[in-house]
Amino acid sequence: MPVPRARGFVIMEIDALDRELLNLLQTEFPIASRPYMMLAERLCTSEEDILQRLRRLSRLGVIRRIGGVFDSRALGYLGTLCAMKVPADRIEEVAAVVNGYPGVTHNYLRDHDYNMWFTVLAESEQRISIILDEIRRATGIDDLMDFPARRVFKIKVTFDAEA
Amino acid sequence: MQKPSFLSEQDIQLVREVQENLPLVSRPFLEIARRLGISEEEVIGRVQEFLRDGILRRFGATLRHCRVGYTANVMVVWRVPEDRVEEVGQQMAGAPEVSHCYERPARAGWPYNLYTMLHGKSRQECEAITARLARESGISEYSMLFSVRELKKSSMRYFHEEGRSNHGLRTGQVKDLI
Repeated sequence: MPVPRARGFVIMEIDALDRELLNLLQTEFPIASRPYMMLAERLCTSEEDILQRLRRLSRLGVIRRIGGVFDSRALGYLGTLCAMKVPADRIEEVAAVVNGYPGVTHNYLRDHDYNMWFTVLAESEQRISIILDEIRRATGIDDLMDFPARRVFKIKVTFDAEA
Repeated sequence: MQKPSFLSEQDIQLVREVQENLPLVSRPFLEIARRLGISEEEVIGRVQEFLRDGILRRFGATLRHCRVGYTANVMVVWRVPEDRVEEVGQQMAGAPEVSHCYERPARAGWPYNLYTMLHGKSRQECEAITARLARESGISEYSMLFSVRELKKSSMRYFHEEGRSNHGLRTGQVKDLI
């Protein structure tokens, strides 16, 4: 049976055990020799069942990745948030330039004069300003502000799948 | 590029492996260990140390949260008096609907200095949460920036030389395949 790909439909493909699994996967992934077996024991199922569920949830796009989320600062990287005023008819073209940098990890179009908001991670402040200058030059858009974080009050990257 | 002095060359290799997708096999850390030419115990031990030392923020699944019921998100930027940033920042960070809360510098023509990301089931719910935060904090000058489109969302791949990283192509390919 074909899998519905539209947003919202995917949720129907997820059963109660999937939801429990998704919550455990985000917060209590075992760093151990047989992590999937340990998850299976927690959920009273088999290791093979867990692996099959993970393959399906990845295929459906519910799981983006299973792996480590590093603290960029701890690895010596610096980040900043940028805002740019992009004319409506130039979104695709400018996004292609901006997204071409591997250090641009997130880019969102927002309903504001400053409509393109993206994050830049790089190994130094100097490298960040080089990237921003290159973007200004390549697009001809000077209306580009950047806002490096001064203080971090919260970064939460997990969500309750049992909502 | 330069690397932090507390990371060995082997650590850097481990970071490169651990930031990818964990293999869906019975002993995934053994597979990583074989690639690096070290033991499974060494890999597991070092990953646990990374977590303990805060080098890894977490280890586990990253979900596409728009697909598990969170359909709306809004970035709200607030103008907070300098002497209240700490208090208001802590207060807003305490709200369960707030996923990110940062202080950032104001700029000419842009007076906002506190940034929050809010998640809700709908645009109306996001508006209601924002109104509540404004009421609770007493901060009345703010702007809501709803996301219209996701133009890029990828995981950072550290310690990849330019060129070898293919401009994020590999992440894009994975996204298209699933």
